[in-house]
Amino acid sequence: MFKLLKGDRGGQVFLTLLTLAAILIPIFNLILPESSPFHVSTFTVTLLGKYLAFALLALSVDLVWGYMGILSLGHGAFFALGGYAMGMYLMLQIGDRGVYGNPDLPDFMVFLNWKEIPWFWHGFDNFWFAMVMVALVPGLLAFVFGALAFRSRVTGVYLSIITQALTYALLLAFFRNEMGFGGNNGLTDFKDILGFSLQSDNTRIALFVASAIALALGYLSCRSIVTSRLGRVAVAIRDSEDRVRFIGYRVDHIKLAIFTFSAVIAGVAGALYVPQVGIINPGEFSPIRSIELVIWVAIGGRTTLYGAVLGAFIVNYSKTYLTGVAPETWLFALGALFVFVTLYLPNGIVGLLKRKQA
Amino acid sequence: MSALNKFRETMRRDQVFDIVNKQDYSEVDTSHGQILYVEDVTVSFDGFKAINELNFYIEVGELRCMIGPNGAGKTTMMDIITGKTKPDKGSVWFGQNINLLKMTEPEIAQAGVGRKFQKPTVFEHHNIFENLEMAMAGNKGVWATYRAKLSSEQHDRIMSVMDTIGLTDNSTQRAGALSHGQKQWLEIGMLLMQNPRLLLVDEPVAGMTHQEMDKTGELLTSLAGEHSVVVVEHDMDFVRSIAKKVSVLHQGSILAEGTMDEVQNNQKVIEVYLGE
Repeated sequence: MFKLLKGDRGGQVFLTLLTLAAILIPIFNLILPESSPFHVSTFTVTLLGKYLAFALLALSVDLVWGYMGILSLGHGAFFALGGYAMGMYLMLQIGDRGVYGNPDLPDFMVFLNWKEIPWFWHGFDNFWFAMVMVALVPGLLAFVFGALAFRSRVTGVYLSIITQALTYALLLAFFRNEMGFGGNNGLTDFKDILGFSLQSDNTRIALFVASAIALALGYLSCRSIVTSRLGRVAVAIRDSEDRVRFIGYRVDHIKLAIFTFSAVIAGVAGALYVPQVGIINPGEFSPIRSIELVIWVAIGGRTTLYGAVLGAFIVNYSKTYLTGVAPETWLFALGALFVFVTLYLPNGIVGLLKRKQA
Repeated sequence: MSALNKFRETMRRDQVFDIVNKQDYSEVDTSHGQILYVEDVTVSFDGFKAINELNFYIEVGELRCMIGPNGAGKTTMMDIITGKTKPDKGSVWFGQNINLLKMTEPEIAQAGVGRKFQKPTVFEHHNIFENLEMAMAGNKGVWATYRAKLSSEQHDRIMSVMDTIGLTDNSTQRAGALSHGQKQWLEIGMLLMQNPRLLLVDEPVAGMTHQEMDKTGELLTSLAGEHSVVVVEHDMDFVRSIAKKVSVLHQGSILAEGTMDEVQNNQKVIEVYLGE
């Protein structure tokens, strides 16, 4: 682990802060009384946990975009699929506590007059099965999609457009009630996870810590890729794909492997996000969401990994703040931020910090 | 009818499927002295025949120069040999046993054909050492690349190639910061790292100063012998300084072949180059 972080000042700082947060925030929330000025409310903990899930998602985008030059405008799809897998598990944990009190069927199926649970819901009442699906479903989609796209050498803006089309197609599909994923409303009204109530402070803290651990592991695994020869070849593919092919690498295989890995990370991020916000609906597939998360990475700074994390935090904090104070200005602010960063900070905020240092 | 014939061809009982009988390209068989056979190759783009019944052979260890006016098909020829373009007909064999037309670009590169592009193409964000390291021959699968560790022999090998191309002094310099000539040498170095049997070099001295040209000439002549080298070049002075044997390409086929003097006095060549 220390070898991975050698020479990575930003990563060292980031992981130190993350560790401190994962230790101190639970203490501030659970042990300090509410009257203390250092008390962290459960609401804040959940909000931070959500940001951590977003940061993990941003990390997965930076891996394919920053290091391999694949601008995916559909990474939200993998995030949402991971989220849906988790949502299905949580849905089946509700049991007979739903509005209709049906012990076998989730509420929306009762509402649609379905008599039995569809085949693809089988197994999701088991937590570990659901966790495997969280990784497998986005990974498989990325694998099939990538195998077709990279084999036919679709690159650049064309690839971006078809990733966008992919997530849009899924959006439309998930909107349909017949798909069996709750249609427009998605999956919500979750009660508990592994037997622990989702409303309790302890569960919230546990989810926050789990998100922090997942982010740290995600960071280290991405770092182990980008510091290996494989990572150097990925950057080489970004800079000159033909040359890489003519020195004997199967460019499509390398792209496929890293793209699939990135989709799995995005799926895990989705699975951490859903229990913390309490809902997953087709809105997560919307192209705007995927574009927004590319903006996080651009603002934070590409090709550093921790820059993506920073970007996710800054943009999402601004979003929380602005949509609270003046909701109608948020999209303008996001657009302005993006234009500003593109014009004046091509390497994002991290690039600015590095320049200051040098 | 042709579908039926194709079906019969696939179902022939005296041979097995290609997938069962995978081509072994680990070892090139050059026992007849030739490393490259290009026979009756034709390729056309939208009806225009870029390569027309092209025939030539490259011997083991030979340094061959290919010249020809613009549009003669020099780069297309390289595209065909390296698998980037598939010809309409004809055959291209590497040694006696490797059919290049059935292989993808990375497979051809792995088999021992190295190619330098017309425009110097190096990985600008990596330093010289890393550029050479990535090009090094070996298992280039995804997992093997992820787990790759540099052994001390491999380190020495990189150092010796760096020495050959004369870039030892700035091994940690980013390739993007190199001069045009240095990039050309680095690219040649990357080819050498692949341990190729055959080097295809497209316009190595375009945009070089005279000193750089001399150095490149020395480098290429020193590589011939151990490797077979095919140089495509416009610059006649440069070709004269290094070539033993020259092929003139015109409208997609070989117009003349021989020493520089023979070629220069060839009536057809004079017509093509100078007009009537």
